[in-house]
Amino acid sequence: MTAVFAFLGRNTLGFFRYLSGIYDLSAKAAYWTFVAPFKGRYVKWGSAIHQMVVAGVDSIPIVSLISLFIGIVLGLQGAYQLAKFGATYFVTALVGVSMTRELGPLITAIVVAGRSGSAFAAELGTMKVSEEIDALEAMGLDSVRYLVVPKYLAMLVMMPCLTLISDLSGILGGAAFEIAQLGKTFSMCLSATQDALAMHDITTGLIKSLVFGLIITKIGCYEGFSVRGGAEGVGKATTSSVVVSIFLIILADVVFTAIFYFTSS
Amino acid sequence: MPSDFEGPMIRVSDLVTHYGDRRILNHVNLDFPTGETMVILGGSGTGKSTLLRHIMRLESPTSGQILIRGHDICPMSEDQFNQIRRKIGMLFQSAALFNSMTIEENVALPLRELTQLEDSTIRIMTRIKLDLVGLNGFENYMPSQLSGGMKKRAGLARALAMDPEILLFDEPSAGLDPITAAGIDSLILKLKLAFRMTIVVVTHELASAFMIADRITVMDRGEVIATGTPEEIRNSQHPRVLQFLNRIPEGDQVDAQEYLRSLTEN
Repeated sequence: MTAVFAFLGRNTLGFFRYLSGIYDLSAKAAYWTFVAPFKGRYVKWGSAIHQMVVAGVDSIPIVSLISLFIGIVLGLQGAYQLAKFGATYFVTALVGVSMTRELGPLITAIVVAGRSGSAFAAELGTMKVSEEIDALEAMGLDSVRYLVVPKYLAMLVMMPCLTLISDLSGILGGAAFEIAQLGKTFSMCLSATQDALAMHDITTGLIKSLVFGLIITKIGCYEGFSVRGGAEGVGKATTSSVVVSIFLIILADVVFTAIFYFTSS
Repeated sequence: MPSDFEGPMIRVSDLVTHYGDRRILNHVNLDFPTGETMVILGGSGTGKSTLLRHIMRLESPTSGQILIRGHDICPMSEDQFNQIRRKIGMLFQSAALFNSMTIEENVALPLRELTQLEDSTIRIMTRIKLDLVGLNGFENYMPSQLSGGMKKRAGLARALAMDPEILLFDEPSAGLDPITAAGIDSLILKLKLAFRMTIVVVTHELASAFMIADRITVMDRGEVIATGTPEEIRNSQHPRVLQFLNRIPEGDQVDAQEYLRSLTEN
């Protein structure tokens, strides 16, 4: 019995320690992003732009390709169901709405978590193991300011951009299927999408993508900083950064989708 | 910092540190006289590197004080300590060069970020520091292109970038062949003669310790067991010091009964 309590207690403590670690890191990052620039300590825009290229621009091919496939799959599955009612006209609407509200942000976040979140954890973890982070601190240079803030900024800028690209390629994928199989024309698809989509479909997706971007950066950087002991630690941190951030992304997705659902009706 | 400060540059008093439940440093008291080279000797896991990390405030102690020029650094705010930190250079065990930057950028980083100097001035100062450690001509190499000894030299050039008054070395000869290690030692001697810095070297290399030290401190299991001039340490009668200096392995003082009990207990 005591063993059960000890197990529960240890894990609960560990969980709260994890939360407080993430809170500390976020508070420091927010300070260096929003407060410190007013005290003359500017954000490192050079490395922020570098991160935007690495985490954002370089993700465009894979994000758009996967979204294109998801769009085609949505079209296929939608047509399979809607054909029973002779309502294949609505396939376009189905693809458009599900991409912008849900799948665009989600697919983007999962790809970026796998690509960049893990890279953040590996980069910071390696720097931690090779004493580079200590060396920064020893020079009086704040590691959060130099290493974390540029990643935050890059993600906050690039996640909405990538999500828009994903929305667009998903819709194009759906349209490609409809043109090939359902005998529609491109302009029919275009106008049907325009009819189906409302502005808030796109904005709610973009709000989600910002939240997902924050989650990916927080978890990736926190896991990187908490690496202990050698290459094995870096590997573990990389893996758990991906697992934890995908879990949190889907959790946040549930919460935000529920909020949007209940506030819009 | 006032330059007319009398007394030891660094004073460690009653320092106690734990990693989790394990006690790493046990009431350490130590003075580092201004302008002298102090070598901290001891086996692996005796807390000597931990002591060094405390002086750089990379770890915080459970209790005790670390005074640098008479100011206790533990309760200081980050901004206050940054003023002191600029006058301390540290060479890490793995050299800790930033792998994404060239050697020149590594050495120039503290100057770029912490001073208002012109780029051309920074370039000249960087070249001077690299020249000092014998790395003239390697400015545009990446750290991964350098050998272990050269990385240490480049790390030293970076530690010297801000013209520190205190220089800390964590295992400067670790992982180097004897010739390269001797090269690093003679570099430390050269710096000591040229700049009158207060130097702290953590090592377990006996030869190098006796070559560069003005004073030697021997640590064992988180405690200072002897401190004095190299001559005093050589003549010390402390059993653990003798064991360390004469390289006698840890005895297998295992009681047979005790050993059997340790196997059956869980």
